Amino acid sequence: MPCAALDSLPKDAWIIALALVLAYLLWQRKFFRDFCDETAGRLLLLAAVLMRLHHLPRRMRWFKSQMFSAGIGNVHVVLLVGLFIGMILAMQTGVELARFGQQDQLGFLVSTSMAREMGPFVTAIILAATFGSALAAELGTMSVSDELTALEVLSVDRVSFLVLPRVLALMVMCPMLTIFCDAVGILGGGFISVAQLNVSWGMYWDTAFSALQTKAQFIPIPKDVYAGLFKSFIFGGLIAIVSCSAGMAAQGGALGVGRATSRAVRDSIIATIIANYFLTWMIYS
Amino acid sequence: MSAESIQAPQSDDDVVVRLTDVHKAFGSKQILRGVSFELLRGRCLGIMGGSGTGKSVTLRHIIGLMRPDQGKVEVMGRDLAEVTREELQEMRKRIGYVFQEGALINWLTVAENLALPLQENTKLSKSEIESKVQEKLALVHIPDAGAKFPSEISGGMKKRVGLARALITDPELILYDEPNAGLDPEISRSINHLMREVSETLNVTSLVVEHRIECIKTVADEVIFLYDGKVHVHAPVDEFFHSQDSVLKGFLGI
Ligand SMILES: Nc1ncnc2c1ncn2[C@@H]1O[C@H](COP(=O)(O)OP(=O)(O)OP(=O)(O)O)[C@@H](O)[C@H]1O
Ligand SMILES: [Mg+2]
Repeated sequence: MPCAALDSLPKDAWIIALALVLAYLLWQRKFFRDFCDETAGRLLLLAAVLMRLHHLPRRMRWFKSQMFSAGIGNVHVVLLVGLFIGMILAMQTGVELARFGQQDQLGFLVSTSMAREMGPFVTAIILAATFGSALAAELGTMSVSDELTALEVLSVDRVSFLVLPRVLALMVMCPMLTIFCDAVGILGGGFISVAQLNVSWGMYWDTAFSALQTKAQFIPIPKDVYAGLFKSFIFGGLIAIVSCSAGMAAQGGALGVGRATSRAVRDSIIATIIANYFLTWMIYS
Repeated sequence: MSAESIQAPQSDDDVVVRLTDVHKAFGSKQILRGVSFELLRGRCLGIMGGSGTGKSVTLRHIIGLMRPDQGKVEVMGRDLAEVTREELQEMRKRIGYVFQEGALINWLTVAENLALPLQENTKLSKSEIESKVQEKLALVHIPDAGAKFPSEISGGMKKRVGLARALITDPELILYDEPNAGLDPEISRSINHLMREVSETLNVTSLVVEHRIECIKTVADEVIFLYDGKVHVHAPVDEFFHSQDSVLKGFLGI
């Protein structure tokens, strides 16, 4: 009987077959194919950047100017948002903790959430919206006005000249800004704790700092801080790669630049969130 | 058409550009349907044709930015289908390309724009590069524009800078994509004289895509009329403008 034969198939075979059918159906959809093409393009761009790391000394001038515009240009936004995020964290958790008389733990909670999660994530979102969109618009304008073609004709290596300094600058500045975000967030949490939740400054700081001192198991460094900074280092690279490739692919005048910019912001936020999940899973599980 | 009246090449060395039966389509849109022509050393060839007939596409084939679907593109004796990426880059150093909109890098000054290909691809010292940049700026009659940014200069000056950048590597072949686009008649005239001057003093071969008759009359030795994806008329410049071909007459408005 055919049914018996089907029943005797291992369960996994069904799942694999289903996955294949699903993949085939998805492949028929244009948006999915475009997505795969884009992802492949971005991975290739990343590989191209990595292969040109030794060009950095020649690109110092652009690297510095990009660091300046990514860092100095956005530090005020990061500080403002970070402060409020810390205040919100303290308020949200503080009210619950107070019900159990556990406000003493506020410093601990705020500092770990800022260092592990909120600092890197919020900084990445801000940079995607400000620096990433500017990147995509800049490269997009270059693309639609034939400047990228001109570079190609002049045998100027576009990845080394344009992409490398931008990617590295963001990989450096994203962790830097994250430190500011973490610090100001913890400070903001402290304000709220003292002003609204009757925690003493001393208590808040003690728990906040001791939480950040927790060393990693294998490497004796404060784990939460460095894990957060590592995440934001990756986020910075992701945002820059996604924005550069979206910008360089722009076509068709001002409209194309606009489309590239919005795609850059959308995709870099999505990429950041997905990467965030996997990095957290890698580091903490 | 009147291709017989174009002088035959003495030897293959004299042919700088040769297109043989080049076809190109974008999706279902067939743009080039068998374009063939030869450009001899030291000559200036004009390409005329309506908007969207594939003039820029033809130039892009010659500089290796596009590959033909069918047919052969030979530049300086090499079949572009057979050259490696490195060889193509080497060849491009011997070709100058003047873009329709200038395509200057906006965040570099004029002098930095000119210096860029030299910094990237040669081992020249800083002072050598500087003197070369100054020499080319003087050649296009804007010796003082070096410190300005592209956004601070006029359209005519941008064209001059674009030409100077194309000349920076001392190319043997220059491709102009609509050098007169967006310029008023007076500035056009000065650009056309500059192009003539460049091709005479530097003895370069040039290919000019343009639909202004005056420009072609000033600079070209022979002219091609692209129509329906093919070379419809190919004739020396004075014959071209007295052609009896009805389509060409319609295009020229005579
Ligand atoms: N990369 C491309 N992808 C798709 N279509 C293209 C591409 N490049 C050119 N085309 C199409 O090919 C046609 C010819 O383009 P081309 O730029 O060569 O025109 P042109 O003769 O230079 O006209 P113009 O005088 O307006 O510059 C146009 O219809 C254009 O839409
Ligand atoms: Mg054109």
